[in-house]
Amino acid sequence: MMKLVIGTEAMFFVSLIMAFVYFSFGTGFKTQLLHHLDIKTTGVFSIMLFSSSFTYWRAEVNYRKNDIKRLKFWLIFTLILGIIFLLGQAREYSKLLHENVSISSSSFGTSFFTLTGFHGLHVFIGLIVIGIITCLAFAGDYNNSASSIISTVGMYWHFVDIVWAFVFLLVYVTPHFI
Amino acid sequence: MEENYLQVPEPEQALPDLSISSSQGVLQWISSVDHKQIGIMYLWLSVLFLVIGGLEVLVVRLQLAVPNNHLLSPEAYNQLFTMHGTTMIFFVLTPAIFGFATYLLPLMIGANDMAFPRLNAFSFWATFFGGILLYFSFLAGGAPDAGWFNYAPLNQYNYSSSPGIDYYCFGLLLSGIGTVSASVNFVVTILKFRIGSMSLKQMPLFVWMILINSFLVLAAFPSLNAALIMLLLDRQLHAHFFSSASGGSAILWQHLFWLFGHPEVYILILPIFGIFSEVFPVYSRKPIFGYAFVIGSGVAIALLAFGVWVHHMFATGLGNTVNNFFAASSLLIGVPTGVKIFNWLATMYGGAIRFKVSMLFAIAFLVEFTIGGLSGVSFAIVPIDWQLTDTYYVVAHLHYVFIGGSLFGLFSGLFYWFPKISGKMLDEQLSRWFFWLFVAGFNLTFLVQHALGAMGMPRRVYTYPNLPGWAILNLISTVGGFLMAIAVGLLIYIIVKGIRSGDKAAADPWDANTLEWMTSSPPELKNFDRVMPVKSTRPYRDYKRPEDADWKKPNKYGK
Repeated sequence: MMKLVIGTEAMFFVSLIMAFVYFSFGTGFKTQLLHHLDIKTTGVFSIMLFSSSFTYWRAEVNYRKNDIKRLKFWLIFTLILGIIFLLGQAREYSKLLHENVSISSSSFGTSFFTLTGFHGLHVFIGLIVIGIITCLAFAGDYNNSASSIISTVGMYWHFVDIVWAFVFLLVYVTPHFI
Repeated sequence: MEENYLQVPEPEQALPDLSISSSQGVLQWISSVDHKQIGIMYLWLSVLFLVIGGLEVLVVRLQLAVPNNHLLSPEAYNQLFTMHGTTMIFFVLTPAIFGFATYLLPLMIGANDMAFPRLNAFSFWATFFGGILLYFSFLAGGAPDAGWFNYAPLNQYNYSSSPGIDYYCFGLLLSGIGTVSASVNFVVTILKFRIGSMSLKQMPLFVWMILINSFLVLAAFPSLNAALIMLLLDRQLHAHFFSSASGGSAILWQHLFWLFGHPEVYILILPIFGIFSEVFPVYSRKPIFGYAFVIGSGVAIALLAFGVWVHHMFATGLGNTVNNFFAASSLLIGVPTGVKIFNWLATMYGGAIRFKVSMLFAIAFLVEFTIGGLSGVSFAIVPIDWQLTDTYYVVAHLHYVFIGGSLFGLFSGLFYWFPKISGKMLDEQLSRWFFWLFVAGFNLTFLVQHALGAMGMPRRVYTYPNLPGWAILNLISTVGGFLMAIAVGLLIYIIVKGIRSGDKAAADPWDANTLEWMTSSPPELKNFDRVMPVKSTRPYRDYKRPEDADWKKPNKYGK
């Protein structure tokens, strides 16, 4: 089921990315983008998000080995990394808003905030879900059961990361080369 | 249980009752997670909106009955045709198809319920409240008024300042989420909950079409959702997606909408093909001709459906290369559809045909849908499209495929499965009256619109000058519309009469082939205690006629 949900979510992001690419051909779009976006800071926060995929994978491995203590540790680690990423995004948004770049300022603002905002929303939902499993892990729900929930949520979390890889490449990296 | 808890009644032995006021109260229906009850609720929802959407268009047809009419203001006219189209597509055809699928899918594959019963209930209620939200716009200050495909810039705040279009976005988003989650449920149910002995190549064709259709939904609806969200951002937060005055692009809406919209028309017809692939063999008393070809052409349609959307946009000036590519792909998609028509014709050929009402609709479908298909192919020819786009010729075409195709299929399915769902038989004599009235009314309404379109009458204008021929053709169309309305009234009477005082239906009144007819009519709360092993595409027939079973004939009709 999760695979189907991811498939349909992927199509959703394809539509948003298409809109971004469509507008990126407009005049002034690239100058604005290069002027306002800071690839280095966002790059650091992106690494946080990518490594949260790694930490979640460690959680999955330890769950399979039935090592609940480590499972809890890696889940919390994942949560922290995800939260840091979101805080980074919030910092970037507030900086942009101070520079008077908003969703209504130009087609760059419109497409940038929509694309990254919806990704952020997905990260946020993922964090809530991981938060719930962490609580359940502490409540002892996974002590001796073979639940598939950890790997199912994992699929979603890795998907959100992969989407960010595409978004980061498209929004932050590519404009420097073309 | 403590007193302040709400007592939710559990369903008892058989299904409560077909009417909403059941012996166990409405609460039992609202809280139900049983796929049969949810399926029935989908079907009632569809009937409700059919009546509402039908009444809307009757007013529209009254307005158009004579030239220079001022029964409706242009604003009211815009709202009514927009609501008619949106209602019929999203809240009549879609819930009816999903109702049949939700009801029949587990029965056909020998399962006792859907894979995710609660998600199933969620899907229904999301659709339900989506429809309510859409209609709430009338109270909130004006319904959406930019047509069912809601083109930019008409959908922008400057052109439509009532909150109607915001309700359009919210309503369709909500019902779209319901549609997507139902499709996820269908796929998982089909892949994981078939009885062990039923291989993929032995599934009933209706199940196959629902499977293909669900993937189509999963791939197509996200772009609608994305477009709706962008439009909401435009209208509420002043973003610049679709308003070309401030750096947006009106054409982007068209791309996103039709990238959903064209697959959507196949979403509304593929399950119908599935219904016909059940109906034709049973009433012809022959196995389906070319089982694999029906599936293969279904898959081909689903794939091609994503490569034809620009034929809705030939008039936007995208250039010759783009137009030619999409003209070719649009011609191509006619081929697998044609294959299916021949599948059904060949199924009938040499069969011992029983002309029950369900079969009458199926045969009428072959004629009407072919007319709609041919007028559709004519749009793939770019110059013809330029000439006819946005005229009544388009209106005629889309109604021939939506009514002559989808709705006829739903009627055919209704008359076929009604005894199973309700346990009662419908009045065959009255049903025939309904059939002929409806078919006559339908052709009267829309056949003349081809001519009106060719004469240049644009669609979506609230009135027209008294040009030669226009008045009489429009009047004929209006009369036909009212004939259809009378027919639908008769249908509702037939159904209510059937439920109240119809003869009791046997478990298998049509001598059918598939597993749903093995259960009692209506099925018990638990569909099956045991199911015999499936060895061919017609398992129930094998069971009834063991000496003539399909699986005993090697290399023939599915092994």
